Amino acid sequence: MKLHLRIWRQKDGSSPGQFGEYDLDGVRDEMSFLEMLDVLNEQLIDGGEEPVAFDSDCREGVCGMCSLVINGKAHGPLAGTTTCQLYMRHFNEGDVVTIEPWRSSAFPVLRDLIVDRSAFDRIMQAGGYVTLHSGPKPEPNSIPIEPEVAEQALDAATCIGCGACVAACPNGSAMLYTAAKVSHLGLLPQGQPERYGRVKKMVDQMDQEGFGACRNYAECEAQCPKEISINFISQMNRDYLKATLSEPVDRRSKMSSQ
Amino acid sequence: MQRLTALYQTTLGKKAVVAVTGLILYGFVVGHMLGNLKVFTGNDAAGEPHIDIYAHFLRTMGEPMVPYSFLLWVARIILIAALVLHVYTVVLLSRRNHAARHENYADPRYSQASAPARWMMVSGVLLLAFIVFHLLQFTFGKIGGAPFVEGAVYANLYHAFHQWFFVGLYVIAMAALALHVNHGVWSLFQTLGLDNPDRNRIFRLLATLSSVGLFVGFASVPLLFFLGLMPSPPTGEAVHLTEGVM
Amino acid sequence: MDFNAKIPDGPIEDKWTGHLESIRLVGPRNRPKYKIIVVGSGLSGGATAASLAAMGYKVNCFCFQDSPRRAHSIAAQGGINAAKNYRNDGDSVFRLFMDTQKGGDYRAREANVYRLAQCSTGIIDQAVAQGVPFAREYGGMLANRSFGGVLVQRTFYCRGETGQQLLLGANSSLAEQIRNGGVKMHTRSEMMDLVVVDGRTRGIVYRDLVTGEVRSESADAVVLATGGYCNVYFLSTNAKGCNVTAIWRAYKRGAAMANPNFVQIHPTCIPASGDHQAKLTLMSESLRNDGRIWVPKNQDDQRKPSDIPEEDRYYYLEERYPRFGNLVPRDVAARNAKDVCDSGMGVGSTGYGVYLDFCDAIHEQGEKAVNAKYANLFEMYERITSDDPRHTPMRIYPAPHYTMGGLWVDYNLMTTIPGLFAVGEANFSDHGANRLGASSLMQCLADGYFVLPATIGDYLSRHPSAEISADDQHFKAVEHEVRDRLLKLMSIKGNRSASSLHRQLGKLMIDHCGISRNQQGLEEALRKIPQMKEEFGSQLSVPGSDDQVNQALEHAGRLSDFYDFAELMCRDALHRDESCGCHFREEHQTAEGEALRNDEKFANVSAWQYRGEDNEAELYQESLEFEAAPLAQRNYKT
Repeated sequence: MKLHLRIWRQKDGSSPGQFGEYDLDGVRDEMSFLEMLDVLNEQLIDGGEEPVAFDSDCREGVCGMCSLVINGKAHGPLAGTTTCQLYMRHFNEGDVVTIEPWRSSAFPVLRDLIVDRSAFDRIMQAGGYVTLHSGPKPEPNSIPIEPEVAEQALDAATCIGCGACVAACPNGSAMLYTAAKVSHLGLLPQGQPERYGRVKKMVDQMDQEGFGACRNYAECEAQCPKEISINFISQMNRDYLKATLSEPVDRRSKMSSQ
Repeated sequence: MQRLTALYQTTLGKKAVVAVTGLILYGFVVGHMLGNLKVFTGNDAAGEPHIDIYAHFLRTMGEPMVPYSFLLWVARIILIAALVLHVYTVVLLSRRNHAARHENYADPRYSQASAPARWMMVSGVLLLAFIVFHLLQFTFGKIGGAPFVEGAVYANLYHAFHQWFFVGLYVIAMAALALHVNHGVWSLFQTLGLDNPDRNRIFRLLATLSSVGLFVGFASVPLLFFLGLMPSPPTGEAVHLTEGVM
Repeated sequence: MDFNAKIPDGPIEDKWTGHLESIRLVGPRNRPKYKIIVVGSGLSGGATAASLAAMGYKVNCFCFQDSPRRAHSIAAQGGINAAKNYRNDGDSVFRLFMDTQKGGDYRAREANVYRLAQCSTGIIDQAVAQGVPFAREYGGMLANRSFGGVLVQRTFYCRGETGQQLLLGANSSLAEQIRNGGVKMHTRSEMMDLVVVDGRTRGIVYRDLVTGEVRSESADAVVLATGGYCNVYFLSTNAKGCNVTAIWRAYKRGAAMANPNFVQIHPTCIPASGDHQAKLTLMSESLRNDGRIWVPKNQDDQRKPSDIPEEDRYYYLEERYPRFGNLVPRDVAARNAKDVCDSGMGVGSTGYGVYLDFCDAIHEQGEKAVNAKYANLFEMYERITSDDPRHTPMRIYPAPHYTMGGLWVDYNLMTTIPGLFAVGEANFSDHGANRLGASSLMQCLADGYFVLPATIGDYLSRHPSAEISADDQHFKAVEHEVRDRLLKLMSIKGNRSASSLHRQLGKLMIDHCGISRNQQGLEEALRKIPQMKEEFGSQLSVPGSDDQVNQALEHAGRLSDFYDFAELMCRDALHRDESCGCHFREEHQTAEGEALRNDEKFANVSAWQYRGEDNEAELYQESLEFEAAPLAQRNYKT
């Protein structure tokens, strides 16, 4: 199969970028999309040209390192699939394939198709944890968890932090990511003591990072490689409103009589 | 209050404000539409159109506990505040969104974002323009060729909607309203965190029914007048009514 | 050189607790004075960094990925073992220890393995407290599944993504410490060398992969949690970025490398489909719980697998190993797959594949029950191959997956360089010659949460914190060496990519130092590796510059270390003139084709010490004692 590739090339964050045009022959159905790019890169390197820089690591769809907007869609045309798990059998002879980086002001381009997603880590650092040391813990079966609840928490926790939700969102919003992280711990008994403080801190950090506001398009859900539900966004909204409006901020001050 | 201002500082808080004000405005349009349907119920025994009586009632309700027009003004103030807040907050959020995604894809494609959702801004701006126009026409009586008589709601409608461009304009505006409500009504429940898989169908059904119902309810008035299916207004209408329906 | 493993005295079950009570501690007021570097942010590195910072140490943590959450621990699918005995099926710490020791074919250090089994239960407690959503039963209790090589159900799991969930747990603790200022995280930063000053580890030199800058970070101790080196085979189940550089640089600075040839070849991976293949994808071993492995009896059976009747199928594992059947340890399963394929019974376009069939499981349990366990694995397989394993049996073939070898460490997890520690897959410690399924997560977290945070104090308390500046001449000298190496790679200006050269090395290694090895092949590999290295030195092409993101340069640097390392692997495999666990020397097998150990000569750990560029590595041996689990021939047949 022969493809025409239009790939975003950008030297670094401070240089302007433009599309590079490449014709690639010998693409086979059994190649993954990234293997197709590997083949292109080998050809470029053999010819002394700079290869296309793109992120990838596990290539099993779980590390969340790979990205790429392929023909206008995050992780390409297939639902529930990361770019590394996208196979060339879904493309046809002669296709023009446009490949771009995640576009979001909160994810600045570092080079070509690589973006800086450290904003996500900072959201996690803002409160995405249960505060603890590694000393002895209570016996886990002493807190039974309904399997439905554990599974729902896992549905949220299955987020691989790739950033496709932000890339897919025309508003550059990170609600799905943040909601998945907030809901994972918010659903479990272990996450209860810090539940409202956590949602507040994580959402506020999300704001600080400059992500856009959710307009409930649900594009994030449709393009999420793990198909995480916008139900979690609703849950986060609820927790956030509760945290801001009705959770006591001052439980222990003195009160006066009148 | 401190908490509310703190909430408004945040993006999620602003979204909640848009949702709550949207809910208020939604409640208003539903009430307005139901009120409008009074044009179809004819006249009372004295020959006064029901719609005119209803418009009068809006001013006298609550009397004598509260003065004439008091509750109407309360409602108006709430509605104006809601509208201003709704529009202003949306402007703030849109600016944030443009900053968050200043560069678009060469060929952006959508997977599931619905057309009404994507056209929210367009339908919203249309509606805003329409509201100004509508108030000028039927509240202040500044637009429209036919003589405008305050309080003679039925007659005013009758005259206005015999002109095709007014009818067309109202039908287009109501289409915009239908689009806006179609996404907005579901969206506000999602934003307020009330949506979940158990209720999702109900909220979406409500949004769909609202959008269809509002369109049919509102658009039927100008259309039926235009098609000549409505009786002409009774002559010698009562003159104690002073204003049209807001 | 000190090859004293410093195993505490006393009966095996008291060694660890006794050790904990007797080793020296660093007081809470002194801990913030110590700077510790942790290289790697996976399960072992992330857990180590988080635990040390929670104790009060000042930690600098490095990873080459863009986020600590991407470390390859994340890809572990099946589960984590712990001797909780929730099923009341006879499990105990001792039995987990025995299973691990037996699974490792008696080439691991007893005291370490027992400690691992002891720590296992605490890991589950810790993970649950962090909010890891393990599978639960209807009553809300933790669920378990079976795994290869054992007769009890002790594996805890989160669907097919246990690694990701445990890593997210460790990462959440790491995030907490980053927030609190206890950990400074350096992402997209690759360790390039180790700095040893006056015989003590004092820091690392790393490259910022975004700006290309080569910089140093100083510390009182360095912990390497840099994973395994399976990518020496080019095609493996490891992430593309996995490499040997960190531990190889440590080796060159004086840390001994133990059992480098011990590589686990995982039996259930998706077979390669062509030359373009960049990596192999693992299908969780848990699939062997319900899947039956077979090949057509008739070599040229052209029928669709579902059309081949029962009598024409060769369920070779069930027939050869009636007691364990499809759940034999990984090395046994891998070797048998190679064996049937070598004899021409393999399936698929390359002839190197066997069927893993779920028809019977679906028939017995219903499609829903089977889906509930494996749906995500089935989808993953279908995505890659376009076959639905619910209707067509999966095709699988072994692939390099995990490296039992690594830096030699003593009982305190310290290498032979004082102040340099190694945890997780980067050390050699607990799995002997073969690792049991669901044990790697266990070891990483045991090392990271419980072992190292305790034992590092013993070293630190003996070495009062002494600030050393990263501008010190020792650091500058190493930085200089690193820059020289990079410039050398850039200046070759040949016409071949690192990938194509790497693929060539990988092919050689899998052929001669893979599932089975022999003297002739290993000698051939040892002859060819230097030639390949020369080709690398003259043909490599690295376009671009070194002051920006340059992935070709990153790959070239990692590959250059793989050449040297591959040589040591082959030398180690050649020296170990016996078969044990994963290391199957064709010269040493029983009449039935089973691995034949030579306990008299090789009941030991081979530890190789670097002796300079022009000399061969020197071999030291740590002999292994077997008191609690006496040596026995592995038998998974009856």
